Amino acid sequence: MQPSHDVLLLLVVLTNFWVLGTTRLSSMIRAAAMQGLLLAALPIALYPHASLHIVGLAIGTLLVKAIVLPHFLTRAIREAAVRREIEPLIGFTASLILGAAAVALAFAIAPRLELPGTPSGMLIPVALSTVIIGLLVLTTRNKALTQVVGYLILENGIYVFGLSQAERVPFLVEVGVLLDVFAGVFIMGIVVFHINREFDSLDSARLTELRD
Amino acid sequence: MLLLTLILLPAATGAVAWLSPSARWRPRLLLGIAAIHVAGTASLWWTQDRSAPEGWLGVDALGLVVLTVVSLVFLAVSLYSLRFLEHAKVQGARVFISCLLAFLSAATLVALAHHFALVWIGMEATTLALAPLVFFRRDRRSLEAVWKYLVLSSVGIALALFGTFFLAAAQVEGRPLILGDLVQNAATLRPGLLRAAFVFLLVGYGTKMGLAPLHSWKPDTYGEAPSPVAALMAGALTSCAFLGLARTVEVMAAAHQAAFIRPPLFALGIASLVLSAGFMIGQTDLKRLLAYSSVEHMGILAIALGIGGAGAYGAALHLLNNGLIKGSIFLAVGNVVLLSGTSEASATRGVLRRAPLTGILLIAGLFAVTGSPPFGLFVSEFTILGAAFHAGLTWLAIVMLLLLAIVFVGMARLILGVVYGTPEAGAGPVAEPFPLVAGPLVLGGLVLILGLYIPPVLQDTLARAAGALGGGTP
Repeated sequence: MQPSHDVLLLLVVLTNFWVLGTTRLSSMIRAAAMQGLLLAALPIALYPHASLHIVGLAIGTLLVKAIVLPHFLTRAIREAAVRREIEPLIGFTASLILGAAAVALAFAIAPRLELPGTPSGMLIPVALSTVIIGLLVLTTRNKALTQVVGYLILENGIYVFGLSQAERVPFLVEVGVLLDVFAGVFIMGIVVFHINREFDSLDSARLTELRD
Repeated sequence: MLLLTLILLPAATGAVAWLSPSARWRPRLLLGIAAIHVAGTASLWWTQDRSAPEGWLGVDALGLVVLTVVSLVFLAVSLYSLRFLEHAKVQGARVFISCLLAFLSAATLVALAHHFALVWIGMEATTLALAPLVFFRRDRRSLEAVWKYLVLSSVGIALALFGTFFLAAAQVEGRPLILGDLVQNAATLRPGLLRAAFVFLLVGYGTKMGLAPLHSWKPDTYGEAPSPVAALMAGALTSCAFLGLARTVEVMAAAHQAAFIRPPLFALGIASLVLSAGFMIGQTDLKRLLAYSSVEHMGILAIALGIGGAGAYGAALHLLNNGLIKGSIFLAVGNVVLLSGTSEASATRGVLRRAPLTGILLIAGLFAVTGSPPFGLFVSEFTILGAAFHAGLTWLAIVMLLLLAIVFVGMARLILGVVYGTPEAGAGPVAEPFPLVAGPLVLGGLVLILGLYIPPVLQDTLARAAGALGGGTP
């Protein structure tokens, strides 16, 4: 029987592949919401003698990453009425293979970092692979909204990494970080809405007027 | 108490301005807060080295220099905005003023934060506060600009957060992520994790500074943002981002990692100089030209940090000079845009005859920004080049001199073409109201004074800033 936090971390990796493999935007947002839910449970699983700090972090994450932001993004695509991620820069199979390579790489690198006091051996590799996959989605997809999800995944990876230091970073700081991420995705979502209205498309590849 | 007030007052006022029904009072509210902020900052020069509970906030030499740049540029921008908002005849004055005030809060937080995570929170907040203003004109071009700005800055700053966590992991002794404790216990930091932290923080804050090759958002954003917003970005925002990097360098220097940080700082710095010089030749847009000038100066700052020694003193002085002159020249270019409706250089001729003060500001700004005597940037660039020679980096100094010469040619061609020449038929002289010229004149005047005389209190502060960066005075 694996400890519960390792199961959660494994599920985080699976949601990453869900994001990489799906062709539908709504499904992608659902994957991000599911990941948010897992991330909310993670601090409690990692630090069972739950202090107020850890519980607060879990509740904040649940609100922002599992409920408010996915809801907001779902509304954005409903208004945009664009459902599919068509023509990514690299194919879905290729991006799944790259994702697998990212996970392998992360598991190879993580032990060399020799991070002190990590509560689970899987925490750092999962964090690193989530960061890489977030960057992958950001750079290889054309839809502005998909890029927002990529940014969210990237931030999630950094959040998992931060959990290794959770007991040393004050609560106030975590609230600040969470608020910034929330505001960032919120503003991006508003811009996505305007891109859609102006260009009649969510395709950020059409943003090519400005160049030297 | 004073520090908390400086951070919180602008944001609170921003909220009030947002809620207040009176459109008439908002610009005055902005100007009032800007003036109070300058007064508060000035008082810090007399009573330095205050710190708030738990060492989270504090005033140190480098932070004070950045805070001063932010405060002065903000005052000039606020005054300018009084008139700009009338000219632009826009409905968005409410958003404009509230966002500016939110930015002032966030930038003040960055300057006063002595906790790496607080620095990060402030940096991200500055980015977000200005995003709605990049999209001010609400057309396709500004939409593209704001998207690039948001995505690239957010990803960059996310990597800085990653680096911040690495820094926490590298720490063995002392309170987590507190600057003073990190520096004091630098010998006990785990070297591998510390280096990883530096790389991510360099990439993260380097993106916000606009160091090449992470600069691609900068020309688009500065080109599309309203001139006062671009002035604030080039003058204040980049200074804050530089402070984020400089804080990291302080820790690295204390941990005797100067040899490790040098190659990446030189690489990004030289790339910035090469790239900005290349794109300035053949540039047709004044605001994009200044964006590349900003890339260039951030490159010089990165190189100066890498050189160390007297280079650190040069960096602190250059930061001050660059912030002030960018505010001045961007507002002057803003006047050209108000004059002809575009920042395309080919659309305007003979500014000196149509708007003499703006013309003079542009000429003075050109010489100042390219590091010509008698302006302050000449002194700071000279100090940095001297430090390079002194450190045995003759090749570096020669490369810099060559690239600075190219930059001068590129900038002079475009700006002098706009300033001189005969205005188009029917384009007569225009009035230059006080708010549109007073700010840039004062900022430019300060840079001129800094080129001639550096008061002892400033010299002392710069020397302490350089000491914290692991360098010394020339």
